[in-house]
Amino acid sequence: MSFESAGYQLLPVLPELVLAAGAMVLLMIGAYRGPQTTGLVTGLAVCLLVATGALELLLPAGKLTTFGGSFIVDDFARFLKILALVGSAATLILSTEFLADPGRRIFEYAILVLLSTLGMMVLISAGDLIMLYLGLELMSLALYVVAASNRDNAKSTEAGLKYFVLGALSSGMLLYGASLVYGFTGTVSFTGIAAAAKTGSIGIVFGLVFLLAGLCFKVSAVPFHMWTPDVYEGAPTPVTAFFASAPKVAALAVFTRVTLTAFPGIVSQWQQIVVFVAIASMVLGSFAAIGQKNIKRLMAYSSIGHMGFALVGLAAGTAEGAQGVLVYISIYVAMTLGSFAVILTMKRGGQHVENISDFAGLSRTNPLLAFFFAMLLFSLAGIPPLAGFFAKWYVFVAAIKAGLFTLAVVGVLASVVGAFYYLTIIKVMYFDEPLAELDPMRVELRAVLAVAGLFNIFFFVYPGPLVSVATAAAKSLF
Amino acid sequence: MTTWPILSVVTFLPVVGALLIYISRGDDEAARRNSRWIALWTTLITFVVSLILVARFDSTQPDFQFVEKMQWLSSGISYHMGVDGISLPFVILTTALMPFCIVASWKSVTMRVREYMMAFLLLETLMVGTFCALDLVLFYLFFEGGLIPMFLIIGVWGGPRRVYASFKFFLYTLLGSVLMLLAIMALFWNAGTTDIPTLMHTAVPRSLQTWAWLAFFASFAVKMPMWPVHTWLPDAHVEAPTAGSVILAAILLKMGGYGFLRFSLPMFPLASHHFAPLIFSLSIIAIIYTSLVALMQEDIKKLIAYSSVAHMGFVTMGIFAGTTQGVAGGVFQMISHGIVSGALFLCVGIVYDRMHTREITAYGGLVNRMPLYALVFMVFTMANVGLPGTSGFVGEFMTLIGTFKVSIPTAAFATLGVILSAAYALWLYRKVIFGALVRPSLASIKDLTFRESLTLMPLVALTILFGFYPKPVLDMSAASVQQLVTNYSQAVTAIKAAALLQ
Repeated sequence: MSFESAGYQLLPVLPELVLAAGAMVLLMIGAYRGPQTTGLVTGLAVCLLVATGALELLLPAGKLTTFGGSFIVDDFARFLKILALVGSAATLILSTEFLADPGRRIFEYAILVLLSTLGMMVLISAGDLIMLYLGLELMSLALYVVAASNRDNAKSTEAGLKYFVLGALSSGMLLYGASLVYGFTGTVSFTGIAAAAKTGSIGIVFGLVFLLAGLCFKVSAVPFHMWTPDVYEGAPTPVTAFFASAPKVAALAVFTRVTLTAFPGIVSQWQQIVVFVAIASMVLGSFAAIGQKNIKRLMAYSSIGHMGFALVGLAAGTAEGAQGVLVYISIYVAMTLGSFAVILTMKRGGQHVENISDFAGLSRTNPLLAFFFAMLLFSLAGIPPLAGFFAKWYVFVAAIKAGLFTLAVVGVLASVVGAFYYLTIIKVMYFDEPLAELDPMRVELRAVLAVAGLFNIFFFVYPGPLVSVATAAAKSLF
Repeated sequence: MTTWPILSVVTFLPVVGALLIYISRGDDEAARRNSRWIALWTTLITFVVSLILVARFDSTQPDFQFVEKMQWLSSGISYHMGVDGISLPFVILTTALMPFCIVASWKSVTMRVREYMMAFLLLETLMVGTFCALDLVLFYLFFEGGLIPMFLIIGVWGGPRRVYASFKFFLYTLLGSVLMLLAIMALFWNAGTTDIPTLMHTAVPRSLQTWAWLAFFASFAVKMPMWPVHTWLPDAHVEAPTAGSVILAAILLKMGGYGFLRFSLPMFPLASHHFAPLIFSLSIIAIIYTSLVALMQEDIKKLIAYSSVAHMGFVTMGIFAGTTQGVAGGVFQMISHGIVSGALFLCVGIVYDRMHTREITAYGGLVNRMPLYALVFMVFTMANVGLPGTSGFVGEFMTLIGTFKVSIPTAAFATLGVILSAAYALWLYRKVIFGALVRPSLASIKDLTFRESLTLMPLVALTILFGFYPKPVLDMSAASVQQLVTNYSQAVTAIKAAALLQ
């Protein structure tokens, strides 16, 4: 078929097609059978995500492209898609309780998460600026709605609206940057831009700056982080867990792909931007979290800081740096999902409690829960032998090898400051007098916490597989 | 000879014990008793296994023995374990002191016994691992990992200001260590490996040596601790439970000195030589200044903590003198101080358990009610002063001789510290033990129980044995120390010759 021979095979997009079609079917089920199907739809959605992941792994190996090169499936895309799918599936599992509330049975929630995941997959595979924008908007529009999914809650609605307004602004900046890049290079495909942008003419650099500003917003890097604490606090907790995991994977993926494949000729131009953003994120994330009383706000600043650390790897601009980013984001997703499983468990008398002081004495009332959370927090702080240490190891090694000593020194110092606020939570859990007992922990939360927690503690025993897969994924970009 | 991985067994046996304690659920009296016994047996078995190391150790060999190597993180970063004459004494010190710590906590810890014992066993694994690791990343893992259990031990089972002390301990140490982490990365970048034996034979460029030396120094100086970054130590000691103080003084501090011996001297000889005057100055300040500070203390534990800083000053001075006597003396002084300061903290713990205060003024005339305690405490006080015939003398004397060869003023000033240490230690002894027993609260105080004598008597024996016959420790480390000093002086002479030629 001439259509196929011209580079328009559908095989590389098969997982995405299945996901899209599946989401439509689930939408129909929900629409015709009413809100009582919420549980069913959510369960099927998890199955659909698993099936999509399996399909993704069954695709032929090597680099596949389609739609005239604007959709790329390489090892890099496979790695991050699986990670995003895991993040989304885990979030849906974490949301079971939120959706079980009779007053809040919204089957659309799972569909929106699926569509947002579809957006992420497109984003991760984007090979040109058009595909990038399509994926980004599909992901973001669904996210704006889930942020406001607790419809009767003023804070949740506010979070959704705030996210939407600021998100639209950042999309505008990104589009403006994309149009400048197109104007000065005459192409939207990343390979074409790379060929045209061998020297950084002022126009391309302008476009690059706006493009990166839009992407910084999506990864919530300083100075485009302002929405993060408010949205994290206002959105329902399972949604916050979602925001902190899968979309971050996709945004970081596209950040990496754009900088490394579209602008490899002008590394020095974007490197200084990334270095600045990384330093600012690490420092602000560490210092601003100290004063927080609300655990979700604290996690927001923590995620800002962690994005800064992940960007340290990208700043190196090498295959090793990209590998560092991949290892970092994988471990970060595990740590974040585990932490949110703990935060979701924090219920007393049927009410969620979100203040750090509510964790007081947890080590005596729920020793195992407190132990896992403490290990996750030590890991987030980057203390060996936990997984978080290895995450930092790979990004900082890449930075040192690239000669970015200032960045590395500021980064490790920021991690010491960051350790302080993680220690504060551990102090509350272990040193303070216990409060009333928590409600019993739900089984799905136990499952997520056990997987994330054990991964985090025992990563050091056998780190080989993740590291070698990440190495292969990073190499596929170069 | 069988080839079972003996070092890994010694390192990870305590974790097995911790898991056993975890499996024995419950928080009633029986469960507490179980966890105490499991912890004691685990530490004893670990100690016995570590004695096999001594028996099989070939002390004429300067290189690493019992080596285990496995693929781990990536090429260049492997699971590599091994001991030489410098690290083996520390391994034995650790495994030998752990049973004492468990016994010392037998009665005094009544709250959350299971977690306490698990934390200690975990800490033992991390400490032994630190001394056995032959890969920088592995070393860092054990070295930093130790912060987690120690943080919890101080924070959960500590005194009234435990939160402040535990945070200060954790953040201070972490701040020093992250800089070392960057230096480790730079070495990895330079040589493509973090294998310690390989790095010892890799020439590091001069500028990198300087920076890496400073970064390692930042970590070890905090850990040691050297003046002026010692301020976390008195707080941590005062607030930690007795066994925590013992571990802190006897083993965790030694990691700093061990680090200087294992990394700074062999890997960065030029920078070490260059910065030796700095170390000498800091050591002298530590010896004299902290001895003076110790004279002014009102808390027994704080006084011993400051005296630890002073004694560590002798160690750093001896190590960076770079002479055979200096380095060997440094090793011996660390082992001796491990035994003596550990025992002193045990002694303080014994009266603290009875009176629940560590104020010096709250005591006095203990000799009337506790003659045996007075005797034991005297032996350790004398060892702390460095009286000939105790192990404290040998180490101090050797470091002074070693330094005398290199820098006479340094040795002269350091000798002042010997006098000052006699001043504060004897003053403490007089205040606590002698005098009339006037306080009514002390009237019914009991002498050492059988359990307490059992913990202290072996330490008394070791202190006196090593005072008269230090040969076992010195012989064990001699070959490795000799090799270290030879390599160091060769590197320094080479650079001097090169400077003359230019």
